[in-house]
Amino acid sequence: MSLLTLTDLSLQIHKLPILSAVSLRVDAGEIVAITGESGSGKSMTAMAVMGLLPKGAVASGSIRLGDRELLQTSEADMCTIRGNDIGMVFQEPMTALNPVQTIGQQVAETILIHERTSRAEAAARAAETLARVGLPADRFPLSRYPHELSGGQRQRVVIAMAIALRPRLLIADEPTTALDVTTQAQILTLLRDLTRDMGMGLLMITHDLAVVADMADRIVVMRSGEVVEEGQTQALLTGMQHPYTKMLFAASSHEVALPALPTPEPLLQVAGVCRDYRLPRRTIFGKPGSFRAVRDVSFTLHRGERLGLVGESGCGKSTLTRAILGLEQVQQGTITLGQAPVFTGDKPNLEVRRRMQVVFQDPFGSFNPRHRVDRLITEPFHLLPDPPKGRARENAIAEALIAVGLTPEDATKYIHEFSGGQRQRIAIARALIIRPDLILFDEAVSALDVSVRAQILDLLADLCRAYDLSYLFISHDLSVVRTVTDRVLVMQAGQIVEQGPTAAVFSDPQHSYTKTLIAAAPVLPDLDALRRSKTHA
Amino acid sequence: MLRYTLKRFASLLISLAVASLVIFFVIEVAPGDPASFMLGMNAQPETLAALRSELGLDVPKWQRYLDWTGGMLVGDFGTSYTYRTPVAEMVAARLWVSLPLALYALTLSTLIAFPAGIYAAARRGQAGDVTIMAATQLGVAIPNFWFAMMMVLIFAINLRWFSAGGFAGWDNGLWTGLHSLTLPAVSLALPQAAILARVMRSALLDVLGEDFMRTARAKGLTSGQALRRHGLRNALIPVLTIIGLQFSFLLAGSIIIEQVFYLPGLGRLVFQSISARDLIVVESVVMLLVFAVIVVNFAVDLAYAAVDPRLRARS
Amino acid sequence: MRRNLIIGTALSLLVVIAALVSFVWTPFDHTSLNIPAKLQTPNATHWLGTDHFGRDIFSMIMVGARTSIAVAFVAVGIGMMTGVPLGLWAAARKGTWLDEVIMRGNDLIFAFPSLVIAILITAIFGAGAVNAIIAIGIFNIPVFARITRGAALSLWEREFILAARVAGKSAARISAEHILPNVMNLLIVQGTIQFSLGILAEAALSYVGLGAQPPTPSWGRMLADAQTLVSIAPHMALIPGFAIIVTVLGLNLMGDGLRDYLDPRLRVTRT
Repeated sequence: MSLLTLTDLSLQIHKLPILSAVSLRVDAGEIVAITGESGSGKSMTAMAVMGLLPKGAVASGSIRLGDRELLQTSEADMCTIRGNDIGMVFQEPMTALNPVQTIGQQVAETILIHERTSRAEAAARAAETLARVGLPADRFPLSRYPHELSGGQRQRVVIAMAIALRPRLLIADEPTTALDVTTQAQILTLLRDLTRDMGMGLLMITHDLAVVADMADRIVVMRSGEVVEEGQTQALLTGMQHPYTKMLFAASSHEVALPALPTPEPLLQVAGVCRDYRLPRRTIFGKPGSFRAVRDVSFTLHRGERLGLVGESGCGKSTLTRAILGLEQVQQGTITLGQAPVFTGDKPNLEVRRRMQVVFQDPFGSFNPRHRVDRLITEPFHLLPDPPKGRARENAIAEALIAVGLTPEDATKYIHEFSGGQRQRIAIARALIIRPDLILFDEAVSALDVSVRAQILDLLADLCRAYDLSYLFISHDLSVVRTVTDRVLVMQAGQIVEQGPTAAVFSDPQHSYTKTLIAAAPVLPDLDALRRSKTHA
Repeated sequence: MLRYTLKRFASLLISLAVASLVIFFVIEVAPGDPASFMLGMNAQPETLAALRSELGLDVPKWQRYLDWTGGMLVGDFGTSYTYRTPVAEMVAARLWVSLPLALYALTLSTLIAFPAGIYAAARRGQAGDVTIMAATQLGVAIPNFWFAMMMVLIFAINLRWFSAGGFAGWDNGLWTGLHSLTLPAVSLALPQAAILARVMRSALLDVLGEDFMRTARAKGLTSGQALRRHGLRNALIPVLTIIGLQFSFLLAGSIIIEQVFYLPGLGRLVFQSISARDLIVVESVVMLLVFAVIVVNFAVDLAYAAVDPRLRARS
Repeated sequence: MRRNLIIGTALSLLVVIAALVSFVWTPFDHTSLNIPAKLQTPNATHWLGTDHFGRDIFSMIMVGARTSIAVAFVAVGIGMMTGVPLGLWAAARKGTWLDEVIMRGNDLIFAFPSLVIAILITAIFGAGAVNAIIAIGIFNIPVFARITRGAALSLWEREFILAARVAGKSAARISAEHILPNVMNLLIVQGTIQFSLGILAEAALSYVGLGAQPPTPSWGRMLADAQTLVSIAPHMALIPGFAIIVTVLGLNLMGDGLRDYLDPRLRVTRT
């Protein structure tokens, strides 16, 4: 008998259909991954299993844990199952822990809820569990508070809380999405080891197909609340049937054909840049310390070139981006765009700013919700000494919107009327409208669904062809950088540790950090190669 | 923790210093000549001169300021011009009424508000919540001195459970004293309890939406357990601010209640002194009230650190 | 909830209309004494009864509404006109000495409860409606400054502000074009709350004689007059009390309703 069996699970919340006839199963010791884009219902399926659905939710069908029908179980009985037979790990480790309790208390609590033991006994077992997940008590005493731990460490604590009582089933909802690439690799390895060691079933929810292909024994693909396809990983990868599944995998490994590079001519020159932040005083009379976020960074971006900048969080890429844009001053070094410095004296050089624009990550936060699209995309006109007015302005707006695949009628709408992908297009329109020489894409596709991301990358390639774009593409996502850049810079702890042509750096990294980074990043297997090897076998 | 305390204490001292400067300026510098202000238009020049030298007005302002603050530090608040008694004595006697009243009211307010706010948050949207919210809406709209009058009407005049006014004093025992403070305390407490209950409910609802509450449920805690063990302590942080503010408000606000109940507290003293133009008394009482507020803020800051470990760490 | 908004606005409008109408008409002259008619409970001639001097309470309530509304309105106006720009400025210059000064100034004013400020001012400058306005107004400044600064700070972190900075706009321009419109909703809601608090504060000040002086009528002073007679003529105390409660309740409900109407995700901000 399977560990977990969902049969025809349907869910409505306030009469809105969320899930329809979802069926899947997880066996002991097996890793099953549910994947799909946002709105597919993956998280809701997990919450349904846990019985943690929001108010107004009506579920029908069957969820069996072993031989127990969970949909018929009372709330009081579900409380005895949660944490005990089923453990759950959520997405946001930074906010998943109670900030005013120690990690020891929180892990021990799982034990104390379900078993009659003394506090001392529970604390001892908590320490064991924390050691098991990679937080040994000598370096991470039980008296630590969550704010003293990093994101990856907090996620380990959450995992410890979930497995403290050796549950039969562990559910992980996007457990590594908010983590860095290297940390992600460690957490995924941990989850895999725990599953094998404890004989648990692991139901993992993730949108990252590379992770799925790497880890899962079986894959379940969901869209709009339905299961569109499922099967053993190898079988599914080599012989996927449903067009949506094919589209999803194609989009994940989507490659973009960039136009050829023109003859190199330096455009942006960054030389010996250092940026320091002042730290708060430690003692009343001591000097305030400083933290060097960017150390001695130098590189050149040429006209028509597409340069990538990769690094994990805290490496200094955002600081560097802001310095290049002239939003912050640097303590040492120079940044010039076509020989003109970005900062003159104390003031940012607006002449230079006019030739540089930026597209940000958050399609929802990068626009003032109270303005209409025409006003939003013409904000950079502020930089022009003589901005177009009247007819000329309308034409500029229409042209920008058409260039990004929207229509001129969209100019009178408000931003909330558009989807995430469309908003990013508008953001690109805003960046393009004054025809800058250089565009900075700061994690511009990181918040988008896989299919939408592929479309935006295609748009970028088209724009390169049409407008001779030069851009700096900053991202933590190696697979995206790989396809959309000619050269790449690798940043760690404020320094550029490696730079070179993208293909070369990815296939043959020189620096140890680059090697770690590339090794840690899960990569979608080459599906064609797989299929060929299958037919041969 | 030590560094946090020291920082806050330094902040307290600075606030006290600045507050004393402001009070000194408004009372002794702004009116121009305090002596003629106090004695009025028709005073004789000799009386004016005598008062001026008594008040020490012939010495430079900064010296007067230092004398005043120095005096306060050793407990010498000067001598009341109208009553010719040391202000410190007068204030101390009154303080024994106003301070217990404020504390009594604060205790009642908290005892009512906490359970009400928690209950409303736990039963959000249901009948219990709606009733409590309606009651608090009414409660915050009621002026406390009017409510006091109603209390007097019902409980003192009609039911005769309490006296309509006056203070029985502490000499006859703690209970007698509290008994005569009960109606005033209840009048003060009820509108404040309404505000506090709303804040408690709102803070709890905010916390209930946090991710760590979801984690708590996933461990197997019932929603009630999760609320009590994880939600409350986090919700306390904003609630503590409000309690601190309430104490300041009660201390000052009890001044008004004293009018309704004819209590011999700070309020009566201040109003009598204002009409008698006895600036020395007014100055001291105002300084005292501000001192109480600043000290309470300091206590609240320390309480924050006790509740929230993120404030204690400074790494 | 719409219900809150409707009831609240209706009640508030009722009071405002009564105040406005009182300029052209009241059932009786609110100052005329009529001792033979004193202490009447509500009846057909005097709809809300008469006080100990025979004055018509209904008229006094109408005219008293003017005082309450005027004082609260101007005080909130002072608070907003001064506090909001200060808050915007402090947020735009976060971390600098200017921000520190504004925040410390705020804390200083908060250390003096509004009643204490009123006492200070009236002790020196005399009692009256104008000084009551100043006292209540001074206390409103840090409230609006703190709220505006808090909301503005979180907006400054948003990417659309960064985009405006990249477009070369100055902090002042960004504050005016982007920040202010987005905190407007919060300010409107807080404004109605402060208005209702202002009504209560004015009543309290008048009650102890520090507010509007005779012959200017005021609900607070009506309550003070009623105090000694509360056992024989309870209506003298009940009616002004109800007037205050209805006004404050109406404003609070309107504020709640506005908050939900303008932005359902708007949270209660604790000062």
